[in-house]
Amino acid sequence: MPKPILTDGAWGTQLQARGLPPGELPDLWNLTRPELVEEVPRAYVEAGSEIVLTNTFRANRIVVHAKHPEIDVRAVNRAGVEISKRAAAGRAKVFASIGPSGKLLMMGEVTEEELEAAFREQAEALAEAGADALVIETMSDLAEAKIALAAAKATGLFTVACMVYDSGKNKDRTMMGVTPEQAAAELAEAGADAIGANCGNGIAGYVPVCERLRAATDLPVWIKANAGLPEIRGGEAVYSTTPEEFASHVPRLVEAGASYIGGCCGTSPDYIRAVREVLDRL
Amino acid sequence: MADLNKLHDAILYGDQKTAVAITEEALAEKIDPQKLIHEAMIPAMNEAGKKFECEEFFVPELLLAARAMKGALKLIQPLLAASGAEPIGTVVIGTVKGDLHDIGKNLVASMLEGAGFRVVDLGADVPADRFIEAVEKEKPNLVCMSALLTVTMPAMKTTIEALNQAGVRGKVKVMVGGAPVTPEYAAEIGADGYADNASTAVAKARELIAA
Repeated sequence: MPKPILTDGAWGTQLQARGLPPGELPDLWNLTRPELVEEVPRAYVEAGSEIVLTNTFRANRIVVHAKHPEIDVRAVNRAGVEISKRAAAGRAKVFASIGPSGKLLMMGEVTEEELEAAFREQAEALAEAGADALVIETMSDLAEAKIALAAAKATGLFTVACMVYDSGKNKDRTMMGVTPEQAAAELAEAGADAIGANCGNGIAGYVPVCERLRAATDLPVWIKANAGLPEIRGGEAVYSTTPEEFASHVPRLVEAGASYIGGCCGTSPDYIRAVREVLDRL
Repeated sequence: MADLNKLHDAILYGDQKTAVAITEEALAEKIDPQKLIHEAMIPAMNEAGKKFECEEFFVPELLLAARAMKGALKLIQPLLAASGAEPIGTVVIGTVKGDLHDIGKNLVASMLEGAGFRVVDLGADVPADRFIEAVEKEKPNLVCMSALLTVTMPAMKTTIEALNQAGVRGKVKVMVGGAPVTPEYAAEIGADGYADNASTAVAKARELIAA
């Protein structure tokens, strides 16, 4: 079994630690504070990431233009890739992030055509700027994930498609009720090069999800788990899993068949460093 | 004759067209709108909520049921208004300042409308003063706040403090929810209630306005 590839950790909290105000779209910093954004992927590369993502998770026009109609969405995406490439400096691959629109297709909050146009624009800009691959993340709705996937695949780049399993008693469904088996079948059919799960669940919770994805497909499996689930302490939400605890679950995730391993909300370069140590010992 | 069991099932399984057609038929036959609501529609939404809790239904099925309910209610509301019947309560709802996520909030709003509440939706990224304005203008029984992000969740606390300072906190009950929110946090910031999904939100809302 080849050793899994180490991806990166959370971005939002890392940018907030550098002064991003709560609630501000992190992606806009690609244009206004690129030097601070660049510190994040650099720290991950230095911690041992072989793949870093980009600060473009919310850089689709449906999200950006809701509050900032004047912003050039393509420029935000291009800058995001350029920043991560500068930080990686050839030491890591840059997989560019595509997140959900935040609107429900089935309720008519957004149309298929609007989603297609938004994801096409984003994927094209990310590809133009030289991304090595694309990662569709944190999707709840398979229909939306497949629209994003079609837009990503049209660029010719390797594409990872991930859903967020945060619902149901066992946290093995997306909010829209999608199971790992359904996601694996439909995303593979729609041309994903790798499938996965990210956010919404701690690393222990993603071991069984990883096993089920692995059993349902021959494609590589990508897992980015949270540092546990947030707990409220002193009026603030904190993620309670330590880097060492997080890393201690990595061998089980490898056994469950993960080809790419990283962290999501609550993780930091310390978590990636701890996972690096575990992977290097395997 | 209009079949109330069919109306119940049409709502439960999200068939808006059939729900509307049977409601029209029933109203043409002069069946009491209150009977439609209490014997078919509300039980259907309650059952949808139960199916959601036991994971037979997920969000899409719940949304379809709420949409079918809303379609049927639209026909009934003018009759209720004409007969002087009041909605079971008014709710002002919004996602707090700094947070643009509105899927969860929209879902709760739909379910509350489906349950017969009048819902005033302030949208997302709602500053405290807009909540205050809405409380003064709409005279709701209940204010519902949502946040998806750990970093925007504290805006619930500041909004409750602002309601206090504006002297309107005592006029309403406050319910909060959203992914990072816990019952402990709700209690800590002085909210009256917490719901962890759209189905329990309806039950909690009924409980809060009855209290």
